Amino acid sequence: MELLRGALAIAWKDVRLELRSRDVITSALVFGLIVVVVFNFGLNRAPGSLAPVAPGLLWVAYAFIGVLAMNRAFTRELEQGGLDGLLLAPVSRDAVFLGKMLGSLIFMLVIEAILLPVFAVMLDLPTLSPTLGLVILLATVGFATVGTFFAAIAVQTRSREILLPVLFFPVIVPVIIAAVEASALVLQGGPMTGVWTRWLPLLVVFDALFLVICPWIFGFIFEG
Amino acid sequence: MSITADNPDGGSVAIAAAGIRKEYGDRAVLRGVDLTVGWGEVAVLFGANGAGKTTLLRILAGLTRADDGAVRLAGRPMHRRGNRARRLVGFAGHQTMLYNDLTCRENLAFYARLYGIRDAGQRIDDALAQLNLSDRANRRVRTLSHGMQKRLAMARAILHEPAVLLLDEPESGLDAASVATLGELLREWAASGRAALLTTHSVEVGLAWAHRALTLDGGRLTGDVPGYPSTGSG
Repeated sequence: MELLRGALAIAWKDVRLELRSRDVITSALVFGLIVVVVFNFGLNRAPGSLAPVAPGLLWVAYAFIGVLAMNRAFTRELEQGGLDGLLLAPVSRDAVFLGKMLGSLIFMLVIEAILLPVFAVMLDLPTLSPTLGLVILLATVGFATVGTFFAAIAVQTRSREILLPVLFFPVIVPVIIAAVEASALVLQGGPMTGVWTRWLPLLVVFDALFLVICPWIFGFIFEG
Repeated sequence: MSITADNPDGGSVAIAAAGIRKEYGDRAVLRGVDLTVGWGEVAVLFGANGAGKTTLLRILAGLTRADDGAVRLAGRPMHRRGNRARRLVGFAGHQTMLYNDLTCRENLAFYARLYGIRDAGQRIDDALAQLNLSDRANRRVRTLSHGMQKRLAMARAILHEPAVLLLDEPESGLDAASVATLGELLREWAASGRAALLTTHSVEVGLAWAHRALTLDGGRLTGDVPGYPSTGSG
């Protein structure tokens, strides 16, 4: 109960701050659009022929956006020593981690939901389905969990903008592979057996594993 | 607040630190500090820049890990699972720990939720009133002056009615009226049986507020003399 109370208080505070400043969502949205436009021109494909590479582009864009959002979410805690305020409070380090992770998850899902229709038009995504929504949700939980953990470490260093992607991307590779493969199968509209038997279970296992490991190590790192 | 309920060691000592050591790289900042502060006592810690005052306060608050030694607050050990000990501490340091885009009331409401404070609305009103910030309650922190932000940080530190208050240079950046307000708050704090340990570079302010004056030099406590808290507004 205490874990939930602390985590929800922190997540709600982050949401409220973002509603006021809109700096994470605005910058991430603009960045996401720029990424897709640059890929569009860079690949120089004929209209209607982007479908085979669209899942890859989608997830590269989402991964970059995730790094941007999570970096900003933790930098905000440093501005006036807010992280110390969280660590002083009589809530477990797990609650602090889960609160920050939940806040990042909400931001990323909102940004992804806004960008998905735009990507669908620009990348010729043929179909949008509930299964794709599930893939996005599970992959984003993985992004937010691993990203929050490394953002908490990186934010304490001077080279935080560089350190976060350097730490984040090697670990998140299984999520990106599973998300791209699952999205490709969903978007092709063919048999979905591989999605349900291979890629979604992989995402679930990854999420479950890191939702245990990351708060645990976070507790040791931020031990007073 | 009932001190007795939060005081499992029988009420003898509010803060007890023994053999605190801390090194940063090859520089020893604290070389075995032993310190006690009793209930109803305000102690002031003097020391030159870099003497380790802030480090000691952060260790007592559970924000920095000591290389060696032990800290007990109201008899409870301060360690990583020390939620009960953390609940006993109010800490105001160099940074305000506030969020610039939230209002004063929203900042305090956030901390009230974190601390699980019942009747949070009333406590927030009381804390704002104690620091003369009631008329700024709905203003965003970024619109406040530095002094007002420091007072709000004090309100945050006392919001959950901690038994032990740790203040790092609380008077710096405050005008004379705010210093007087803070002095009054500390007098009431001690009178209610709680304890406070603060650092300051102002000998005048420190001796006016504190029952005991400690000096930290070379990583050790080198002085421990009674002070004479004034009854005036200073």
